[in-house]
Amino acid sequence: MTISHEVDQAAVWAALAEIPDPEIPVISLVDLGVIKEVAVDGDRVRVDFTPTFMGCPALEAMTRAMRERVEALGAEAEVRVLMDDSWSTDHITPAGREKLRAAGFAPPPLRSEGPVTLVQLQRGLHRCPWCGSTETRLENIFGPTPCRSIRYCDACSQPFEQFKTI
Amino acid sequence: MSRRVDTLLEIADDELILGWRNSEWTGIAPFLEEDVAFSSIAQNEIGHARALYELAAAELGTTADELAFDRSLEEYRCAPLVELRRLEWARTIARHWLYEAADAIRLEALQASDDADVAALAGKIDREELYHRMHAEMWIDRLLCSEEGRTRLEEAIDELWPYALGVLDDELRPELVNRAEARFGRSLPDVEPVGRGDHVAELAELLEEMTMVRRSAPGASW
Repeated sequence: MTISHEVDQAAVWAALAEIPDPEIPVISLVDLGVIKEVAVDGDRVRVDFTPTFMGCPALEAMTRAMRERVEALGAEAEVRVLMDDSWSTDHITPAGREKLRAAGFAPPPLRSEGPVTLVQLQRGLHRCPWCGSTETRLENIFGPTPCRSIRYCDACSQPFEQFKTI
Repeated sequence: MSRRVDTLLEIADDELILGWRNSEWTGIAPFLEEDVAFSSIAQNEIGHARALYELAAAELGTTADELAFDRSLEEYRCAPLVELRRLEWARTIARHWLYEAADAIRLEALQASDDADVAALAGKIDREELYHRMHAEMWIDRLLCSEEGRTRLEEAIDELWPYALGVLDDELRPELVNRAEARFGRSLPDVEPVGRGDHVAELAELLEEMTMVRRSAPGASW
């Protein structure tokens, strides 16, 4: 009898779903939609990963975490970082958006709802993650990480972080 | 060196050096929001530089770090516009707008390129640059609100205009003239561009500082 090292694709996805985003740990890499493809060939696993923001310092930590999780399944892991244009914030899953909101990060408006413009950012179309009001204003296009802006809610007088649409 | 590598290095060097210049505002910008904004923009630009260097490095058989840090001053392909050290707000905003406008024109052209890797990377970079452009627009609006702001901005634009023209090649340059004249509502002087090739004195100082740690331990793995 031989011991099979066949790795199950669903097990790889499940393992990757346990990796938190290093900077917003309430959301996993699978929730973020940054894993484009998982290819299993016997005991070899290739993960195709599309980074969010290109200067994100968490990029290397994410790549390392994916490799470690896959190797823990007994597989030989290859993580490919794809600098193509296929990821946008629309790839964040509905569950991921809700996790962001519950943690106080307003999820990004969908690209399908229209292009991002300065006028749109300055108007109150963005919903406060705390009280749900759209009486919010832009404080700063930039924030603590490249993916976030800072807004202020006039209804509940709270600042909040807004995930940028890219 | 192929034309492709040459283009990648021009843009990567622009983004790396401007990223460094932007980071010089960290901690000393006029107010906290701008410390955050310019630090974040710097981080994005250096991220773009890394991805562009990686594409060039794959063709040259080297690494992004070697391209970013181990070349001699003469080998850098950046435009003098990004090399200037101007820690003065109107000039910073003028350069910010002019550079982002030129970069947008260049990225639009690259997104239409036949080279799939270059076109895809340009598309990804442009998603982030959109926010830089909005930030620059917002500041131009703000400076134009007062007489002093307008005067200072106009002086800064006039001073930097020959450098801004030097970011783009002959083919793309007229589009920058169109966009800048439309934005500022006046015609800009038809001057000789300060283009790539020669470097301003401030670049040597910047490279000295930027590569100091790496040179302190040659061959180290970071």
